[in-house]
Amino acid sequence: MSGAAASDEARVARLRQDFPILARQVSGKPLAYLDNAASTQRPRAVIEAMTAAYEQHYANVHRGIHTLAQEADELYEGAREKVRAFINAPSVEQIIFTSGATAAINLAARSFCDRFLSPGDEILLTEMEHHANLVPWQQAAERTGAVIRYTPLTEDGRLDLDAFQRLLGPRTKLVAVTAVSNVLGTINPLPEIIALAHAAGAEVLVDGAQSVPHARTDVQSLDCDLLVFSGHKMLGPTGVGVLYGRRDLLERMPPFLGGGSMIREVRFDGFRPADLPYKFEAGTPPIVEVIGLAAAIDYLEQVGRDWIEQRERQLTEAAHRALEQIDGLRIIGPEPKYKGGIVSFVVERLHPHDAAELLDREGVAVRAGHHCAMPLHERLGLSASTRASFYFYNTFDEIDRLAAAIEKAKAVFRRKS
Amino acid sequence: MTNNEEELYQDHILAHYEDPYHRGRCSRCTHVHADSNPLCGDKIRIELHVDDHGQMREIYFDGEGCCISQAAASMLVERFDGKSIDEVKQFSAQDMLAMFGVRLTPNRQKCALLSWKVLQAAIYSPVEAARRIAQCEQMESLHSDAEELHQLSAPGVDPAGAERPPPAPPVAALAQAAPRSEER
Repeated sequence: MSGAAASDEARVARLRQDFPILARQVSGKPLAYLDNAASTQRPRAVIEAMTAAYEQHYANVHRGIHTLAQEADELYEGAREKVRAFINAPSVEQIIFTSGATAAINLAARSFCDRFLSPGDEILLTEMEHHANLVPWQQAAERTGAVIRYTPLTEDGRLDLDAFQRLLGPRTKLVAVTAVSNVLGTINPLPEIIALAHAAGAEVLVDGAQSVPHARTDVQSLDCDLLVFSGHKMLGPTGVGVLYGRRDLLERMPPFLGGGSMIREVRFDGFRPADLPYKFEAGTPPIVEVIGLAAAIDYLEQVGRDWIEQRERQLTEAAHRALEQIDGLRIIGPEPKYKGGIVSFVVERLHPHDAAELLDREGVAVRAGHHCAMPLHERLGLSASTRASFYFYNTFDEIDRLAAAIEKAKAVFRRKS
Repeated sequence: MTNNEEELYQDHILAHYEDPYHRGRCSRCTHVHADSNPLCGDKIRIELHVDDHGQMREIYFDGEGCCISQAAASMLVERFDGKSIDEVKQFSAQDMLAMFGVRLTPNRQKCALLSWKVLQAAIYSPVEAARRIAQCEQMESLHSDAEELHQLSAPGVDPAGAERPPPAPPVAALAQAAPRSEER
């Protein structure tokens, strides 16, 4: 191991001590948590920030005059500023808190499509989208009469940019694309996609659920029109997500959910919506979850996103090297240089469900199934796959244990051939 | 191999998985049903040839999925080969888990119970001309292209592409019904 690598491992060992759950045992073995694309774990700083909010500063926001209401307000709006800075949005009014990335896409799909789409208009998606970036658009298409098109993939699981360009047409009103595939791990070339879409007059929604936690995101240099991500995939709590939008677009989009907070004035014959961002935040928001998300952002900034990105690239390369040694194992998706920290695979004669069960007996937590991407699996000719997904706190030792556990699982089914 | 593993992936289960009993189609099918477990993608289809006296002259299954789901289907088909549909009706989820014989977590119980659900529905699902088979086969090619996907999601069409069986109890209830002693 080089000096730099050794000091990285020492740093990871220190960081892991911030995560109480990483110290636990599963099946009598140390936990190797390789299911981070589904949800990450939380450092003590996030758990403590939420506990402190409940124990010291809790009240509803935006309504009260009393001391606790003011403190809760400061923490909640302070979190909005932290999120703004985290993705370099121009203003806090463009940061809308939702219950998660799925809720954020549903908000965008409902509001944008109902306002801007007419029968025959087109929504351009890709074959690698998560169900959360498929179904809301299918629902919108049913409501508006719009047509959905899907950008196909190349043989090795990257977006076919030529096809994308051909599918972009004068009727394409919106492109919705994931920044990183939650199955293939593919990092999509967003700058090219966004430039092409804009040249064709289409807006672009980026599903950042698998990218914002792992790499620096600057919405201004990226020039995306809408961006969504979730708190629980970046060390934060469940139940909170973010929708970022271009200001003039958000101003023209109508409110989605109606209720308290999102109004300026309500009369028996109608209402006037509040200004941004509140017009999209009906009802009591996930106050403490937002405060937890802010603590997660503080923690990630301290760790450093450039280091996180580099660390995960090393882990992905190591995983490819280790898994490629395994006879009968096939990695799904492109080579590591096109990937984030996600490595999905299938093993001959070892069903993913059985693989996940047998790996769990070794303390290795992976996901098996279609990972909320049934159309993609259909396209790949698979009913399911096994997925290992990394965060900066994972170690090379855990990757070795993953490979060893797969070999052991294979042996269970090696009786006949 | 730990004791736990030996319990779940033991020889007779692996034998059913690798050398299944009556995997295929009935020569003359009178009843058929298919279903899948949407979480893990396990699929089971069961065909029956039921005579006028309610005896099953033939019983075959087909499907894909994990070891537990496929081995359980093989064991179930072997258990009911030549038996009557009345006996199927009296065969509860607990009976199925007891027959499988290995301690299963609630999530894996769903794998083992998929074929049981399908058989319980199949006895109420007579083949009406080719229509039913076509529907069950449509399920196998679920979401094969975007146009079909959109079509399937149109109002009034079950996205799974198959009719729901009348009697199948919800899986959550089945997990509750599991023998408690098996879970410890």
